[in-house]
Amino acid sequence: MSGAPHEDIDAHSGTATTGHEWDGIRELNTPLPKWWLYILYATIVWAIGYIIVYPAIPLISGHTPGVAGWTSRGAVTQELAQLTQQRAPMTSTLEKASFSEITKDERLRTFALAQGRAAFGDNCAPCHGAGGGGAFSFPNLNDDDWIWGGSLEAIQQTIQYGIRSTHPDTRIGIMPAFAQILNTKEIGQLVNHVRALGGLTTENTYDKPLADRLFGEQCAACHGDGGKGNIELGAPNLVDSIWLFGSDKASILQTLARGRASMMPAWNGRLDDTTIKALSVYVQSLGGVKTVP
Amino acid sequence: MSVKQEQLREAALEAEGVSSPLYASRKKIYPQSVDGYFRRMKWAILVVTLGIYYLLPFVRWDRGPYAPDQAVLVDLVNRRFYFFFIEIWPQEIYYLTGLLILASLTLFLMNAIAGRIWCGYLCPQTIWTDLFLAIERVIEGDRRERMLKGRSKWTPGRIRDAVAKHTIWLMIPWWTGGAWVLYFTDAPTLVMQLVTFTAPYIAYVWIGILTVTTYFFAGYMREQVCIYMCPWPRIQAALTDEHALNVTYRYDRGEPRASVKQAETLREQGKPAGDCVECNQCFNVCPTGVDIRDGLQIDCIQCGLCIDACDNVMTKIGRTTGLIGYDTDINVQRRQSGLEALNVRIVRPRTLLYAAVIAIVGSIMLYALVTRIPIEISVLHDRNPVYVRLSEGGIRNAYTLRLLNKELQPKRFHVHVSGLPGAQLDIAGAKIDEQGKIFIDVGADQSRELRALITMKRDELTPGRHDIRIVASNPETGRAAMAKNLFIVPEK
Repeated sequence: MSGAPHEDIDAHSGTATTGHEWDGIRELNTPLPKWWLYILYATIVWAIGYIIVYPAIPLISGHTPGVAGWTSRGAVTQELAQLTQQRAPMTSTLEKASFSEITKDERLRTFALAQGRAAFGDNCAPCHGAGGGGAFSFPNLNDDDWIWGGSLEAIQQTIQYGIRSTHPDTRIGIMPAFAQILNTKEIGQLVNHVRALGGLTTENTYDKPLADRLFGEQCAACHGDGGKGNIELGAPNLVDSIWLFGSDKASILQTLARGRASMMPAWNGRLDDTTIKALSVYVQSLGGVKTVP
Repeated sequence: MSVKQEQLREAALEAEGVSSPLYASRKKIYPQSVDGYFRRMKWAILVVTLGIYYLLPFVRWDRGPYAPDQAVLVDLVNRRFYFFFIEIWPQEIYYLTGLLILASLTLFLMNAIAGRIWCGYLCPQTIWTDLFLAIERVIEGDRRERMLKGRSKWTPGRIRDAVAKHTIWLMIPWWTGGAWVLYFTDAPTLVMQLVTFTAPYIAYVWIGILTVTTYFFAGYMREQVCIYMCPWPRIQAALTDEHALNVTYRYDRGEPRASVKQAETLREQGKPAGDCVECNQCFNVCPTGVDIRDGLQIDCIQCGLCIDACDNVMTKIGRTTGLIGYDTDINVQRRQSGLEALNVRIVRPRTLLYAAVIAIVGSIMLYALVTRIPIEISVLHDRNPVYVRLSEGGIRNAYTLRLLNKELQPKRFHVHVSGLPGAQLDIAGAKIDEQGKIFIDVGADQSRELRALITMKRDELTPGRHDIRIVASNPETGRAAMAKNLFIVPEK
């Protein structure tokens, strides 16, 4: 606590100065209270204590752990555990509830939607997009077309066992490669026919009677006589405006000639049943639930 | 020689050959009791302000079955602020901003009229310190006794006094903290919980924090809070002007100082003698240890107690009171140069400006409050995907709809979309009444989030971005709220 010699007293104010001078401007010394200084010392002591108790000093690989054993990862785990505990009553209700119970109970449905949204972001968004908007070969979950059915039970089964997955109970439906069955001309006719079914333009070479016959022989077994698809087999509706693999001539040609067999993994075992249930509710809500009269 | 100059001289003498310290111990202040106009006014303010603070949480205000009946309540759990007939939601925090602007402008105005009114009379630090000082005086005696005791040894009597003082000193802040937590939850319930030790631990934590801070700030820190910690004295110093009233000493009347006898002798000899008898009463009663005769200074909180002290002395010795009093800088200077004092100009551009801005801000807030619509709707367009093509070939856009019902009754809202002929609105969780209108029930004082879908059939589509409005209206009151948004149709 040294200061300036007492000769350095400012003539105007009669106050001692610190002896510091900048371009003729001198700093007056108005002594601070001692406790102010002691608070500074106290903060230094506090800092030392903090360094001992908490992780503080970076080392070459890692850092000093601190005697309290606190880690940010540990804190997150603890918070998550607390959250799980808080949600436990609702989670167990959801676990036991049937889909019709969930639909009727606004509170339970809201909870399922929130859980489903979180699980969707973690597990489904990489393929289906953050909002379930889909992409080429990954279905858009926001539209009103459900290849394997849009009921909650159907969606649940799809999520549980997947599509063309490795699970024994998986949904299977394969679009075969017709390049080995039909010749180029016949495939060309079918390309035009599929486009015509979907209300799109056709080429002049389109021979409807021939195409009708070919469709009846090769396609109707799965896609139905009118091309309206079959949910049981996962055969898409061809007369609607939704094209999972593209509606242009080249894409349809590729689909017909080479076949299509995109895959959705089975989530059974990776996600628990309650999460899958919540996901089903959420995914169905994306596609729009009709106003209940 | 004034007390401050004396202190300086002493300090300089002490420092002979040594250096002057950068840190100094606090010189303990023993303010003497005083009676008078300002003291009585301060007692009255103390009773009123502390009365409001301690009792306000118990005032009830009926809001019906869906809201708490506490007149002033900061409901952090449900995120509501209640103030008598006003209820504020978190997104209306601008009312608080407005209130803070008003408060600071009022401080500016007070400062322009009569200096540190806030510091001297209204500041919690001043009020609680006053209360603590009063208790100290009752138990340990006035200035002289306390100064003597401070130097004497510990006797059983002194120990008893100290225990009594600190017990009461701790009880006041304990209840100060107790009253504080009552503003955040139903007061009678919490009082019962506190009595039966079943209150949430956070209540005890806050009571503890406020007990400690009040005890130290009012019992020990006192004037140091004003001098070293508070920014307001500095701001005040920058705001004041020569027309503002401040507690001042009349140099022209007071100097040169002389005792009553000396003054008589001097005056008989035809020499000048001032009215100040150098009794130091003004210094003795000062709660911040200031000698007002050194002029306007940052340590002075302008509580007016030195005015009372000086007036009492002047009355006793039969001189005119007002040797210390409220005066403006401009008059202090005029009097010193022998000029006539001017009338105090309370109405002047500075005060008019502050008053005008207060009026404007106040009117804006009042307007906002009166025209506050109890329904709010906000609509957020889905970003991913922006639009969806449906099997039929039509286009659907999805939105997140939030409806706010700020009334204290459950309300039903009709929702429809306008600006887009042919648009079909569907809301998950909504219901349809007999007339085919979509309605949504929102609980009293609640908000509700829903997913809204707007669909256009293939034949009605025009590519581009279409402006739409989603309207929520209350069929009973006819009041409506509207949110603008877009309906997006891709090129093909």
